[in-house]
Amino acid sequence: MSIEKYTRNFLKEVEERVEEGHWVKMCMQCGVCAGSCPLGAHWEHTPQKIFMMIRAGKREEVLSSDSMWMCTSCYQCIVRCPRKLPITHIMHGLAYLAKREGLAPKNQPTAQFGQLFWDNLIKTGRVNELKLSLGMYFKDGFSQGIKNAMAMQSVGMGMMKAKRLNPMEIMGGHGVKDKSGFQAMLKKARELEDGRRKLA
Amino acid sequence: MADMKVAAYICQGCGLGERLDTAGLAKVAQKEGKAAVVKEHPFLCNAEGVAMIRNDIDNEAVTHVMVAACSRRAKTEAFGFTDVAVSRANLREGVIWVRPDDEASRETTQEMAADYVRMGCAEVKKMKLPAGNAATATNRRVLVVGGGISGMTAALEASKAGYQVVLVEKGAALGGWAAKLYKRSPSRSPYADPQDTGVDEMIAAISADSNIKVYTNSITSKTEGAPGRFKVDISQESGATVTEEVGSIIQATGFTLYDANKLPELGYGKSANVVDQGGLEALAKAANGGPIKRPSDGGEVKSVVFVQCAGQRDETGTHLPYCSGSCCLTSVKQAMYFKDNNPDIDTVVVYTDLRMPGNGEDFYRSGQNKGVTFTKGKVSSVEATGNTCKVNFQDLILNEQTAIENADLVVLATGQVANSGVDVDAKLKAEIAAAAGDSTLLDAYNASQAEGAVKPISVLNLTYRQGPDVPQLKYGFTDSHFICFPYETRRTGIYSAGPVRRPMDIVQATEDATGAAMKAIQAVENAAVGRAAHPRSGDLSYPIVRIEGCTQCKRCTVECPFGAIDEDEKRYPVFNESRCRRCGTCMGACPVRVISFENYSVDTVGSQLKAVDVPDEFSEKPRILILACENDAYPALDMAAMNREVYSAWVRVIPVRCLGSVNTIWITDALNSGYDGVMMLGCKHGDDYQCHFVKGSELASYRMSKVGDTLQGMGLEPERVQVFEAAITDIERLPKLINEYSDQIAALPPSPFKGF
Repeated sequence: MSIEKYTRNFLKEVEERVEEGHWVKMCMQCGVCAGSCPLGAHWEHTPQKIFMMIRAGKREEVLSSDSMWMCTSCYQCIVRCPRKLPITHIMHGLAYLAKREGLAPKNQPTAQFGQLFWDNLIKTGRVNELKLSLGMYFKDGFSQGIKNAMAMQSVGMGMMKAKRLNPMEIMGGHGVKDKSGFQAMLKKARELEDGRRKLA
Repeated sequence: MADMKVAAYICQGCGLGERLDTAGLAKVAQKEGKAAVVKEHPFLCNAEGVAMIRNDIDNEAVTHVMVAACSRRAKTEAFGFTDVAVSRANLREGVIWVRPDDEASRETTQEMAADYVRMGCAEVKKMKLPAGNAATATNRRVLVVGGGISGMTAALEASKAGYQVVLVEKGAALGGWAAKLYKRSPSRSPYADPQDTGVDEMIAAISADSNIKVYTNSITSKTEGAPGRFKVDISQESGATVTEEVGSIIQATGFTLYDANKLPELGYGKSANVVDQGGLEALAKAANGGPIKRPSDGGEVKSVVFVQCAGQRDETGTHLPYCSGSCCLTSVKQAMYFKDNNPDIDTVVVYTDLRMPGNGEDFYRSGQNKGVTFTKGKVSSVEATGNTCKVNFQDLILNEQTAIENADLVVLATGQVANSGVDVDAKLKAEIAAAAGDSTLLDAYNASQAEGAVKPISVLNLTYRQGPDVPQLKYGFTDSHFICFPYETRRTGIYSAGPVRRPMDIVQATEDATGAAMKAIQAVENAAVGRAAHPRSGDLSYPIVRIEGCTQCKRCTVECPFGAIDEDEKRYPVFNESRCRRCGTCMGACPVRVISFENYSVDTVGSQLKAVDVPDEFSEKPRILILACENDAYPALDMAAMNREVYSAWVRVIPVRCLGSVNTIWITDALNSGYDGVMMLGCKHGDDYQCHFVKGSELASYRMSKVGDTLQGMGLEPERVQVFEAAITDIERLPKLINEYSDQIAALPPSPFKGF
């Protein structure tokens, strides 16, 4: 779909397909969010710019931006926004749309962690912390994984000593009681959300 | 009038009795002040003290009262005797509150107090009780020029207050600019949607109002007189002229949209689809709630771009340099014309800053809710191709040059130009600028005066010496004291309201007109009893000229900030007392000193400064005269005293009505009497002036710039006479300034004129 600049097409899409997206039109471009974000300097685009780009119809650029993935959910922007925009939620909503549309930046660490976390979680209904951290260590290949694990060795041993990490979890670990019920629930939720947000 | 009998009263309250030797002060009043009655009192402003003075006036034939107590700004009711002349020696705020209470300061503090007693006695002897102006006139009708929202509001408000109104409108019908609107921006909660203009209701109310007489198709072709007795010729289109007598005038002549033809780069004139805000209102009116069609071919409008600040806030000097403060509201409203009809129409407002006065922020939010897109950007050009336009602009958030293609309509927000008539100071302003090296104004002025040039048309056609219209300050808007008296023009009894005064929207214009109506009523009531308008409200004095001494130099007629003084056929000044604001600028201007007020004259101040006891050059006690503006500097000093700020004991402060009233003879007299320095404290001047009499402080600083020659002639250092700007908020700054100046003067050798 080609979008003419400064028409409402993409804004309308954001309103329909992004959580809290209907707030974007209420931004008054004051820039307080951009100035308040503790990680602002590391973003490709500030929230202010993201909102302006949505109005300008820059769909590709918005959805492929790494900005939404850099949000740490500190909520500083929401607290300060004079127009009370739920900026953090919009950012996460945009990230989700970007991912579902296949436009999210590749090899973005936050995105990778998110995927690992999700895949880990839905298997048993509980996060297997050992597998999750090992997954993170080895995401960039085996030798890097060994290096990472060695570097974190003392932390891991300490946690084991303090009984905060069970090495036996490597066998599969424990899960929720009704695993299939849990997975059915997730499937239904996704079905509903996909219908509502027009996600294939 | 009976023989003068001066009585001096010295208060011992508020610590005066403990800090000062009041018996000594009484002796000064008696021996040096030559007061016939001298009394001390422990608490002068209480009922008993006031009764004592009252009794002396009634039974002892006292005609002149000198009260040595607190500042003249305090206890004005207690000491406000209306049947005798009263002067005040400021011993509390002027002496004990600004001096340290210690043994070392006792002597100088007492000397300060004694001087103020001498000054009070000297002043009161030169004062007369104002007899009141016999030339009062009592016409209480109000003339309103302009029948738009502002004019109609002013007329209705004045009528509601019980005053008769004459309403003159140039056009064929009342309503003005608002009558051309389809809807107006909201004035009521929730400020979400455009609302009806209400013009029809106002017109109906006016035609049903027997107090309001309406002339349409008419102009004011001649205005003469003064508050309470204006005579106005009203010329009608038919050729007939009617003369109406009125007491005061409200000019509500509104604005014209800045000419979009001057903006060809924004496509105006090149495509029928580029309109100004007025053009869009016409389209909306024609559509009357239905879809607004594309002007070029009547096609469907799918996309509209609003260009804010078109020809406004221009820094290149080509277009309007200012913001009109109302066009953002209008663009939001006009975008809603489209959105309310069809939400799918793209409406983009390209702005650099949105300015939403009053409750406009709610309206802005409502616009966003309705889907109007707001884009921070600066439009560089509009290209018209076929039936659509391409709007090129710099996106100021994304910082890139970009464009909106295929806009069916482009609306230019061109802003307001005041319909204020002739700029009576144009020549003077141009000459001043040319003298400073910038001749553009002068060239423009000369071009405007050339034969065949389109000359501005006067609105009021005043027969005043200083020109046919009320003076303008900047950008053609009428001049008024922006902070203190916003509706008061520089022509007493003539008030301006609405966009002719400054750019504004309907809500503000309505408020403005109501305020101006109240002021116009106050003006006729004041004129009827010969009272001054503010800031000297209630003053019954007026300038009296000893015409046989006049040299026809015309300085008073030229310099009067309020155009109060005309000229007769022999070029003598003709004072119109009711137009006078009692600032005394004429008195300060007069080189032969023939202008005075009964209670304020060259003598009342001159005798005060001469009454001060100037110690000889060996005593190391310099004397510094401070002439302080009574509107800002003097109250600031009083407040500094309330905060117990300490300042030098060498200064003697005399309040003046305005620095404009300072006659250079006072400076020469002071220096001749052996003062070591003269300090003048007046209000800020320039385009953002705070002078309560508009031009007074400016004229004073101009006159004092010429004092250097006098000083040189006397062999004195130029820094002995200095003018400082002071605001009423300078409570901490002024004492510091005085002390610095005092140190500076003390470092100079003593004045060689002491002891003569």
